[in-house]
Amino acid sequence: MNISDELYQQTILDYNRSPRNFHKMENPTHFARGLNPLCGDDYTVYLRVNEDDMIEEVSFDGHGCAVSKASASLMTQELKGKTLDEARCLFHTFQELATGKEHSLGKLNVFSGVWKYPERVKCAVLAWHAMDSALSGKKTTSTE
Amino acid sequence: MSSLYEQIRADFPILGKKVNGHPLTYLDSAAASLKPLPVIEAVERFYREMPANVHRGVHSLSREATAAYEGARETVRKFINAARIEEIVFTSGTTASINLAARSWAATQLRKGDEIVLSHMEHHSNIVPWKMLCEENGFILKIIPVTDAGELDMEAFHSLLGPRTKLVAVTQVSNALGTINPVEEIIAAAHAHGALALIDAAQSAPCMPIDVQALDCDFLAFSGHKLFGPTGIGVLYAKAGLLEDMPPFLGGGDMILSVSFEEICYNKPPYRFEAGTPNIAGAVGLGRAIDYVRAIGFDRIQEHEQNLLRGATAALNSLEGVRIIGTAEKKAAVISFVIDGVHPHDIGSIVDSCGVAIRAGHHCAQPLMTRFGLPATARAAFSIYNSEDDIERLAAAVHKVREIML
Ligand SMILES: Cc1ncc(COP(=O)(O)O)c(C=O)c1O
Repeated sequence: MNISDELYQQTILDYNRSPRNFHKMENPTHFARGLNPLCGDDYTVYLRVNEDDMIEEVSFDGHGCAVSKASASLMTQELKGKTLDEARCLFHTFQELATGKEHSLGKLNVFSGVWKYPERVKCAVLAWHAMDSALSGKKTTSTE
Repeated sequence: MSSLYEQIRADFPILGKKVNGHPLTYLDSAAASLKPLPVIEAVERFYREMPANVHRGVHSLSREATAAYEGARETVRKFINAARIEEIVFTSGTTASINLAARSWAATQLRKGDEIVLSHMEHHSNIVPWKMLCEENGFILKIIPVTDAGELDMEAFHSLLGPRTKLVAVTQVSNALGTINPVEEIIAAAHAHGALALIDAAQSAPCMPIDVQALDCDFLAFSGHKLFGPTGIGVLYAKAGLLEDMPPFLGGGDMILSVSFEEICYNKPPYRFEAGTPNIAGAVGLGRAIDYVRAIGFDRIQEHEQNLLRGATAALNSLEGVRIIGTAEKKAAVISFVIDGVHPHDIGSIVDSCGVAIRAGHHCAQPLMTRFGLPATARAAFSIYNSEDDIERLAAAVHKVREIML
């Protein structure tokens, strides 16, 4: 087992060091906090959704480990321009990817080895859960 | 280096296990200690030879089980030098012990506006039960501040005490920082103000001798699983006079003398506080664990662990970007640390891939983490079965963390 290949691939390290869309959003239409009480990861995901149910802008802030931060950041890039249905569908597929099912999700495939570290799966899906909660009108979610 | 590790290593067969292709370096003893063979065998022997209930049967097996269970109580009494055996209440662990003291004593003795003093470095199990009581009954929490070095601010402590102080509840050793607190001074000051003192000995019981009569504490709590014993067993020590007047917390079998629908007559301590079938095997295992510790002796344990603490502190300090949180003058062999730019969770996973088991998180001490402005730390805790090799493996693993992450 080599943790650099399975968990800490270059893309994840890169997004951890310089996360994209890592800021609070003024006037989001939706936002929610995602907490992992076990390790203290704590993010807020912000979305601006237009009248056609399309996601125009996504950002996040907060703190946590490299896996959760890179996942949050990659998520914000992937969701931009997607409809709410597409976003929920991608969340579902990403959860499957993170728990060991094969999918072809482009850049998100750097999380395809996370399932080998079961306690880190929660990190990978934390911001996604927050996004899903935000779209359902909930203000907080927890992966415990 | 003392030869303690060489002498006892064979007692811990788990140390032979390979983790991710590496020999196991277990540095999470502050969460749960490993179990030596004599403890494992004592538990097994109990289930094999006397798997009966206690205090009930008139048959031989039950008599043997009762003798083993009460024998363990006497072992605990001697271990903490309690004056009387009925001062030893078996519980499921430190958490249950503190909740018992909170519910049976504090909830019935304190009045609205009375004050409970805790420290900023308590484990959640010595915060939440008190906070719950305060919310239900209007008691007030006062918090002893912690200095940048991770020591209690004793001057501030003394100024917190007043006529409404009814209880001071503090940990003897911090699970998150390793700080050894001056509990003698704290207990004496509490008493001088007419308050009682509860000591959380979850971390101290495995690494230093405890004498409840010398300390003069009113309550003391610890867990078996951190003391080389089984999970699900722990102890609440309380002075006999207190237990005598305390109402039970849980009701059920074994804690009564007689029951009718009109009236219930409660049993005497400690049985009044041990409703239902207790963790008999756990108590037997704890008794054996205590015998094991006493056979080694705290002189040797402390010498060994202080050596490891010194060595590991120096090793971590020499690594670039590593910062130790908690630099108290008196410490147990627990080291919390952070690496600039790396989240503790990532530290934990990477060192685990090198076979090094540490804890990463808030250590059930969130107020303390907040005090230091950190969401979490990585924590290496050393015990009797660790060696200098483990320090080297930790240092190499932490070096690898920096290589991968930075
Ligand atoms: C200082 C301290 N107090 C209390 C506890 C709670 O012990 P338990 O979970 O065995 O009830 C712990 C365990 O982590 C601890 O370290």
